[in-house]
Amino acid sequence: MGNITDEKICVLQEHANNVRTSIVEMLQAAGSGHTAGPLGMTDIFTYLYFHGLTHDPKNPSLETRDRVILSNGHICPVLYAVMAHSGYFPVEELLTLRKFGSRLQGHPHREFLPALETSSGPLGSGLSQAAGMVIADRIDNGKSSNRFFYCLTGDGELNEGQNWEAIMLAGKERNHNLIAIVDRNNIQIDGFTEDVMPLNNLKEKFASFNWHVQEIDGHNFEMIDDAIQQAKTIFDMPSVIIANTIPGKGVGEFERKPEWHGKPPQGDIAEKALEELRTLGGKITCGDK
Amino acid sequence: MITKNAKLNPDIFNNDVKQVPIRSGFGEGLLEAGKLDERVVGLCADLTGSTKMDSFAKEFPERFLQIGVAEQNLASVASGMAAMGKIPFISSYAMFSPGRNWEQIRTTICYNDVPVKIAGSHAGISVGPDGGTHQAVEDIAITRVIPNMVVLSPCDAIEAKKATIAAAKTKEPTYIRLAREKTPVITTDETPFEIGKAQVVFEPNDSKDVINVLIIATGALLYKALMVAKKFEKEKEISIAVVNLATIKPLDTKTLTPLLKKAVSIVTVEEHQVAGGMGSAIAELCAKVAPKPIEFVGVKDLFGQSGTPEELIEYYGMGEEAITDAVNRALQRDF
Repeated sequence: MGNITDEKICVLQEHANNVRTSIVEMLQAAGSGHTAGPLGMTDIFTYLYFHGLTHDPKNPSLETRDRVILSNGHICPVLYAVMAHSGYFPVEELLTLRKFGSRLQGHPHREFLPALETSSGPLGSGLSQAAGMVIADRIDNGKSSNRFFYCLTGDGELNEGQNWEAIMLAGKERNHNLIAIVDRNNIQIDGFTEDVMPLNNLKEKFASFNWHVQEIDGHNFEMIDDAIQQAKTIFDMPSVIIANTIPGKGVGEFERKPEWHGKPPQGDIAEKALEELRTLGGKITCGDK
Repeated sequence: MITKNAKLNPDIFNNDVKQVPIRSGFGEGLLEAGKLDERVVGLCADLTGSTKMDSFAKEFPERFLQIGVAEQNLASVASGMAAMGKIPFISSYAMFSPGRNWEQIRTTICYNDVPVKIAGSHAGISVGPDGGTHQAVEDIAITRVIPNMVVLSPCDAIEAKKATIAAAKTKEPTYIRLAREKTPVITTDETPFEIGKAQVVFEPNDSKDVINVLIIATGALLYKALMVAKKFEKEKEISIAVVNLATIKPLDTKTLTPLLKKAVSIVTVEEHQVAGGMGSAIAELCAKVAPKPIEFVGVKDLFGQSGTPEELIEYYGMGEEAITDAVNRALQRDF
């Protein structure tokens, strides 16, 4: 363990806090949208966009870029926020989320924001698209291609049968450039995942389809970094990183509560959440906004 | 008479007219498209032989992907490949693709606007003995309703080959409707084909200002429409024209509008539900540019069943007799 420096981790933590603040602000302004998933996945997205990815925010169509395929499109506020904070578009634009004419559609649409790799919303099709991209890349660049394809999925999303069609295919095709990251936050719209439709032992499920499996704390940058680095070294099978996350992470009021899956923070609750984020949970005082 | 510049098969009205399955034309076209452009890839859901993707798979094994019985994955994997610059052709039975995977086609292919080409084989009721589960008679409706989608419905194997080669050259998501059974070869290699073009294939002997009945047909039933038009040719006072509508979407309004204006009444012929199909597309245009009475030949809100293709075509009212009746009804109607 320990490829990533403590200094870098401090920087990433600061970015993550800014991203979380933006998520709450944009959801508050939008008046609708999902809160728990974006906050829970903030650390992983921050790691990717500020450290892990080969990409160029000023040249989104960079040929050699890694691809990020967001399968559970409803957590797009976190994707939009890391894209803005890393330089793809102005941070101010985040407040247009879900508004008429905005490039930031309620669920991502590539035609509106071409820097996106795909459009998503209806669940369960991201892994298929990512597998297709890897296979196309293999046709063009051979097995030694060092481009990586990150597919981010939810855990509730794995109820969709299409995921397992894709998991079978990627295992069969030994798509080693495919790195799936499952947001294991244990909630979905109707409640806890194990009550709605138990996923049971996800690790064994993936492993039985010939995937390399790791399980991490999705808020620990050192573990995220180690898992990504290890996934990149696997040559003959696709990788999945099951990231245990706390839904709503960063705002006490939202953490671990299924009811915050699909609604936005409003009024006093939003203001309190923003204060909590801006003061790092009361550790520092908040100056002007 | 047969329109001269349509250059149709001269043996078309012979009893021993050559018969080839439309899906075979797709297989030949895909192989050709694969030779012309290395970006063309083929994906199949465990039906490589019966959808005629086998010759492509044999010639280009490194550009062929076996997906297994997983049509939803089939559509979205193709979307991912298209995002990386490929021109994927996906094949299965129309009932399963675009039937089962409609949402994946809508979101991951059409919403993303990527050039995936969907070959739906075994479309229509003429699949025969397999029965109603396998007879896709809703596929035109569910594909033409999706923005960005192009919908092709070739009338024979030669046109299917041309449609496939042409589809490989466009950037639009495209549905190509194919049939299983051997059907008469109507066109020739010389017959003009262009995506987006409707073609008059039969016209009155002396060009009159009025067409009593304009028959618009798509797919293999074009042959039966032509046989009916030929029969009516003896009745000098009745003028009939037949259009081959190989592109259902986008509609060739430039060709169709003047024809609809000239026509007293219209008969549409398709091996598909009347609701939402090609006839509906014509009705939408007709109501806008030249409201006329329309008789619809097609399946009338029913599921199919087992039987021989001929038995089923007759039973569900799409045979020559049914088309003749529709023409006679159209002749009685007046606005």
